[in-house]
Amino acid sequence: MNEARPLVEIAGATVRFGAFAALDSVDFRMFPGEVHSLMGENGAGKSTLIKALTGALALDEGTLVLDGKTRHFTRPRDAQDAGISTVYQEVDLLDNLSVAENVLLGREPRRWGLIDTTAMRAEAARVLSDLGLDIDPASRLGSHPLAVQQLVAIARATSADVKVLVLDEPTSSLDLDEVAELFRVIRDLKERGVAILFVSHFLDQVYEMSDRITVLRDGALVGEYLTTQLLRIDLVKKMLGREVAEIAPRERVVEPEVPVEAVLSARGLTRAPGMVEADVDLAEGEVLGVAGLLGSGRTELARLLTGVDKPQAGIIRIDDTEERLDSPRRAMQLGVVYSSENRRTEGIIGGLSIQDNIILALQAQQGTWRRIRGEAARELATSWIEALGIKPADPDAPARTLSGGNQQKVLLARLLALSPRVLVLDEPTRGIDVGAKVEVQKLVGEMADNGLSVVFISAELEEVLRVGDRVAVVREGRVAETLASESLNPDTLMALVAQPDLPEA
Amino acid sequence: MKLVKSRLFWPAMALVTLLVVNIVVNPNFARITMRDGQLYGAMVDILRQSAPLMLVALGMTLVIATRGIDLSVGAIMAVSGAVALTIIDGSGDPDNVGTVAIAIGVAVLVSLVLGVWNGFLVSVLGIQPIIATLVLMLAGRGVALLITGGFITTVNSDPLSYIASGYLTLLPFAFFISVAVIAVIALLERRTALGMLTEAVGINPEASRLAGVRSRGIVWGAYIASGVLAGVAGIIYASNIKAADANAAGYLIELYAILAVVLGGTSLMGGKFSIAGTVIGVLTVQTLDSTILFFGVPSAQSPVFFAVVVIIVVLVQSPRVHAWGRKVGAMFRSSKETPRDGTPPGGATATSAPVATKPEHKEVSA
Repeated sequence: MNEARPLVEIAGATVRFGAFAALDSVDFRMFPGEVHSLMGENGAGKSTLIKALTGALALDEGTLVLDGKTRHFTRPRDAQDAGISTVYQEVDLLDNLSVAENVLLGREPRRWGLIDTTAMRAEAARVLSDLGLDIDPASRLGSHPLAVQQLVAIARATSADVKVLVLDEPTSSLDLDEVAELFRVIRDLKERGVAILFVSHFLDQVYEMSDRITVLRDGALVGEYLTTQLLRIDLVKKMLGREVAEIAPRERVVEPEVPVEAVLSARGLTRAPGMVEADVDLAEGEVLGVAGLLGSGRTELARLLTGVDKPQAGIIRIDDTEERLDSPRRAMQLGVVYSSENRRTEGIIGGLSIQDNIILALQAQQGTWRRIRGEAARELATSWIEALGIKPADPDAPARTLSGGNQQKVLLARLLALSPRVLVLDEPTRGIDVGAKVEVQKLVGEMADNGLSVVFISAELEEVLRVGDRVAVVREGRVAETLASESLNPDTLMALVAQPDLPEA
Repeated sequence: MKLVKSRLFWPAMALVTLLVVNIVVNPNFARITMRDGQLYGAMVDILRQSAPLMLVALGMTLVIATRGIDLSVGAIMAVSGAVALTIIDGSGDPDNVGTVAIAIGVAVLVSLVLGVWNGFLVSVLGIQPIIATLVLMLAGRGVALLITGGFITTVNSDPLSYIASGYLTLLPFAFFISVAVIAVIALLERRTALGMLTEAVGINPEASRLAGVRSRGIVWGAYIASGVLAGVAGIIYASNIKAADANAAGYLIELYAILAVVLGGTSLMGGKFSIAGTVIGVLTVQTLDSTILFFGVPSAQSPVFFAVVVIIVVLVQSPRVHAWGRKVGAMFRSSKETPRDGTPPGGATATSAPVATKPEHKEVSA
């Protein structure tokens, strides 16, 4: 396969958002007639690369060569005209129109300026039967289940002269039979020489379908591998990254035995989809690391513990009293605070100053009418800016201008200003530079030493082990096991996280 | 301080330019005379006549800051006027201050209820603001007609007339209503956390919720304020024409209010808002209205004139036009001077923007 000329060749692709490089000189190639998987955790740069390929984002640097010709896509239409089609996770078709109309949307056959319905149905029927799909072109799209709509979306994507087909998480809402049907269609297209970019966080499916795997991490290329030569455990390793320990493990204050007195304990937390009967116990001054792959339920767990989402079943006890955490506000009143993995969309208020961002939660707790006075607010903000080393140290700078690491510190300051008892951090170190990462880890340790209980979620296993006193492994929506950090090393934890996708070897 | 100055600079420039153009074309515009200890003149009229729009636009500012919009303000004005005048008309004694006070109280209370309704639809039921307030925009005038029995209710009531036409010492009473409302809102913004929390909710509702902000209450409150202010505006309007005209009261005022808010530099995307900016925006719109009269533009053509000036004002304020102006300015300079002369990107070019856009102002006066 290597002898063939690549159909798509991207070299040195760089996309920046301000000072932050979402994609940092990444090389990527696809051959005709292959299924190529793009792998990486959240924020690794997968979506950015896809957007660059499909014209939704322009490259700041780098070149894109398609079929031997250099291209500059400035809008999705350019990529479509060049033969790159995309099917998104969410079906973006019109369910009030017929299947035929959807398949040929924007390319309807016309006669005397009007749409030729007969020709359209015939053409759509041909496209569908080419893919071996038995769907009535005249039926309304909305009358079909989601899986069929997904297949129609693929039929639509392939009805034009398609060279490259991008499938972004196509299987996330399908059941097993439907996935099998989808895979049959993908194999069909592959036979025809279409290059297929397949993005999925189901490792089984990636191994079943793809010929080649490209791994991204933190916006940079980790490598391109033949699927047959890459063990699953190695793939997980490459996705999650291994870093040399920058700091020594912190001194354990708490004996990592089963905690006697739990500050917070949850039993049977359930919310579909994503979380089934999770049990969590958190002792005072303890850091509980949470390890799990993307989509394992690690974020769902954090949101259920902090009142962001309401559980369908299960109870939460704080100091042995059963509490209903039905909003983040209520959870905050009980001393349970949450920092989201999506710093920009669910954390920082970009248009407000650093100072306002820091005092926001405290102000919200005090109520609208009792404003934190100017000098008090300034003092609070500057003391946190100093304590956490936030840069720039200007309380009036808009928070959106800060780097990821400093935004994370502002969020921590906002939560710590509430003097919480339980701090739940979802990926607090993702996408921030190594220096800031170490500072955040240190800070978590110090806070725990002062009696704060922390739930620390990270995709980086070393980090979870280093920061956590105990580690909860989350797999397929369950807290599979909780173990003392001492009893684990990155490799054994990796094996626990990747199960049951472990290779037989 | 510097930031506020720069944010209000262009809106203020637009207003000043409009005033200067008026004075240049007709010096009478600036004339203010004193009679019986009361001031009269075109500019005093602008202060008086702008009161209803001022109140509505201030309410609209709060709503827009939460990422919303309130299309029902004109209809609420109609309802409020209808309620007040029907009560006064029905009472035996329209000149009794107590009667008028009760009528106004009831009318404002009804407006408050309508604001509560809007806020309920938006903040509790999660209906898109434009649709939620469209309901009342369409239904409100019908309700007002129902209250007045399908007629234009007219009353002769001295206490009522005083609101729009009377003077409190030097200046019209209506102007003092504007000032009082501006003061109250500015005070709430400064002395409570309302301003910051409203901006937080407007910029990022989900992040605000996660930070424990009571987003629902903030959004709801904005619609209630908008309703109440529209109600008061409706009374000033009715006082001015001494009648409750369900069709004409507050006709299209929602659009003029939105225009005033935007001219004042508050983004329709929500978030950062400026009360001072809205005040300037309202005065600009009202001055433009007077300009049309002053220039003797035939009434059939006045909407076109209005539209042309609005487009110019909006363009002058647009950051993209500023950037474009800088680029053109830079091109001019680089063609005259040797290339790569190391001109600092900030200071020198920034001053060129007003120069580049100046001719547009001149076209207005021509």
